[in-house]
Amino acid sequence: MDLNLTAEELRFRDELRTWLAAHVPKDWEHQRDESMDAHFTFLKQWQRTLYDGGWAGISWPTAYGGRGASLMQQVIFWQELALAGAPPMANVLGLGLVGPTIIAFGTDAQKTRYLRKILSAEEIWCQGFSEPNAGSDLAGLQTEARLDGDSYIINGQKVWTSYGWAADWCELVVRTDPSAPKHKGLTVLLVDMKTPGVVVRPLKQMTGETEFNEIFFRDVRVPVENVVGKVNQGWDVAIGTLMHERGTFGAGLQITYRRNMDRLIALAREVRRGGRPAAEDPVIRQKLAQCYAEVAIMRANQMRAFSRISASGVPGPEGSIQKIFWSELNQRLQQIAQELLGPYGQLEAGDPRAIDRGAWAYGYLRARGNTIEAGTSEIQRNIIGHFVLGLPRSY
Amino acid sequence: MQFGLSESQTILRDSAREFFAGECQMARVRRLAETDTAHDAALWSTLAEQGYTGIIFDEEYGGVGLGVVELVLLMEEAGRALLPGPLFSTVALAGAVIDACASPAQKKKYLAPICDGAARATLAMLESSANWDPAGVAMTARGGRLTGEKLFVPDAAVAGSIVVVVRDGVYVVDATATGVRIAPMAGMDLTRKLYAVTFADVPAEKLDHGAGLPRGLQVATAALVAEMVGGMQRTLDITVDYAKTRKQFGKPIGSFQAVQHMCADMYLETESARSAAYYAAWALQVGAPDAAEAVSIAKMYASDAGRAVGNRGIQIHGGMGFTWENDLHLYYRRAKSSETALGDATFHRERIARLVIDAAPD
Repeated sequence: MDLNLTAEELRFRDELRTWLAAHVPKDWEHQRDESMDAHFTFLKQWQRTLYDGGWAGISWPTAYGGRGASLMQQVIFWQELALAGAPPMANVLGLGLVGPTIIAFGTDAQKTRYLRKILSAEEIWCQGFSEPNAGSDLAGLQTEARLDGDSYIINGQKVWTSYGWAADWCELVVRTDPSAPKHKGLTVLLVDMKTPGVVVRPLKQMTGETEFNEIFFRDVRVPVENVVGKVNQGWDVAIGTLMHERGTFGAGLQITYRRNMDRLIALAREVRRGGRPAAEDPVIRQKLAQCYAEVAIMRANQMRAFSRISASGVPGPEGSIQKIFWSELNQRLQQIAQELLGPYGQLEAGDPRAIDRGAWAYGYLRARGNTIEAGTSEIQRNIIGHFVLGLPRSY
Repeated sequence: MQFGLSESQTILRDSAREFFAGECQMARVRRLAETDTAHDAALWSTLAEQGYTGIIFDEEYGGVGLGVVELVLLMEEAGRALLPGPLFSTVALAGAVIDACASPAQKKKYLAPICDGAARATLAMLESSANWDPAGVAMTARGGRLTGEKLFVPDAAVAGSIVVVVRDGVYVVDATATGVRIAPMAGMDLTRKLYAVTFADVPAEKLDHGAGLPRGLQVATAALVAEMVGGMQRTLDITVDYAKTRKQFGKPIGSFQAVQHMCADMYLETESARSAAYYAAWALQVGAPDAAEAVSIAKMYASDAGRAVGNRGIQIHGGMGFTWENDLHLYYRRAKSSETALGDATFHRERIARLVIDAAPD
């Protein structure tokens, strides 16, 4: 057990820090007020800058444009990016989920074709998993792919697709054998979003944004070489993707939380409550300290998980506790922010009296999605119950 | 960066687990719980033979010279087995404070007999105010002699030395000296007995470096959190086994989500407390600048989580969980005593607030 960085990790971090200090765009926060397209173009440019600097795909193989470094260096990378206040990268799902899936299950031809363009943000990816009738019960999905010569013909609908509006490609889970038991008849396909028959519609969410989309597939033709892994074994591929989502994805998140926490503590010194700074109110102090501590524990949990993954090579079902922890913690953190800010907490961007340009009002609403997206808290608890603790399936 | 156990740490943990599984089965725990002191001289000798009583002390005093991380791994296994008696009080509490406050000569005098199993010790700090902040201690020393009352002193009846925290420093008292009176308190934890200790003009030796007290208490707190984690893990294991075998409506109750999700929460809380304990131990071991903060975070979390895990474990067992014959209440009792020992969650949240809110903004 040694949480200090090794000499090599330290060298990596220092080199990265120097590079980030010279390249992170200044004052990019105003970008949020730009149109979604303009903002996204900015994020793509930023990712391209990282790629050109050799900083995209830290733990990916060098043969495909990665750096071939360790998982821990990948973790350090996400943390340093957050510490530097850098913009996020545009190709979030490509980098975090689709790329690792192709690395784990893809053919050499697929790796050569797709990975480099994920890193350079030349091709943006989305993930076609959930359907109107297949949310938590993902394996019950109905989008069908019928073999026709050397291609599949796809018909169906996906929903809650993040980045669907920006995506060039989609990692799509489809049913290739309707007669098999539901987990056995699925296949993962890589689908070009420009294929005729693909229609993307925006879904407006409670924050007022349109992060998500519905995607409709009507007689969409996809070549068989776009199958990832084996036909009818797509469930294993999809679960591999989801474990990445739950395992390594949130490495920079604890830094973001820590920064939000620091800001809340600063606000508590300014905001007055009962004639004195809120930071002197014993109840507020207790709540801030609890939240601060949980952010620290989230970090410690992640570090243990990353160490385990870097020893074993694959994220396991234990990753579900990270998902539960970060999503529920963010809701508690946003709730404490609201409590601290009182009536000002509800003011959204655009109101001259809004605190931090409405970030806390937005954060409060957005946090409700955290315990639903990427597998609900209930599904995560099922996974822990069945796959970690060995309890019988509940469904 | 590697937040897993090294090979030698894994070996230490596994051999401790095996040792306690053999030497500290529940039948023995229950037998000791029914005695006045919960101390077993034969068990104590085997603990000393294993090197456990000297685990963190320097080899020049007869110890094994390992670090706080190793102490934490040992205490986690002791907690899992619900080890009765004075290992925690002697090694992690009094021993860690002596180690942090004593001169080399004093260490030789007090730690060497602990390492070889000849002596046991405890720490007397709380008074009627029950404040774990050393600044809240009222008792004073006069001319090297102590007078006053200390409460909630663990295992005092079997301790040879009592480390006493007073206003002007840390002293060691011979527990058999004239003027020392040790009276049992009816604590809930049957495996760790508590005492009221009164001192009537008792001679005491002042430890040379009383300023080391916070460090000693931090090591003790990390060890206690680890012991709590062991108890949480055992409570989870017992409960999951029960949920797999107990059937209602023709199915194991663990197949019902209301039960399964409680088990998942127990797992999340146990793992999170473990992460916090390991991090605190490592921070203490390397002298990280956030060590005090990390210890308070760990104790805060484990104090609430230990209780929550026990609550759920008993609930899942239904009527059986409420019986004397079921082992859960023994762990539940320990969890309550450990929750308040060295400061409960509210106490440590205020500590964290002082460290992170009151610190000058940067």
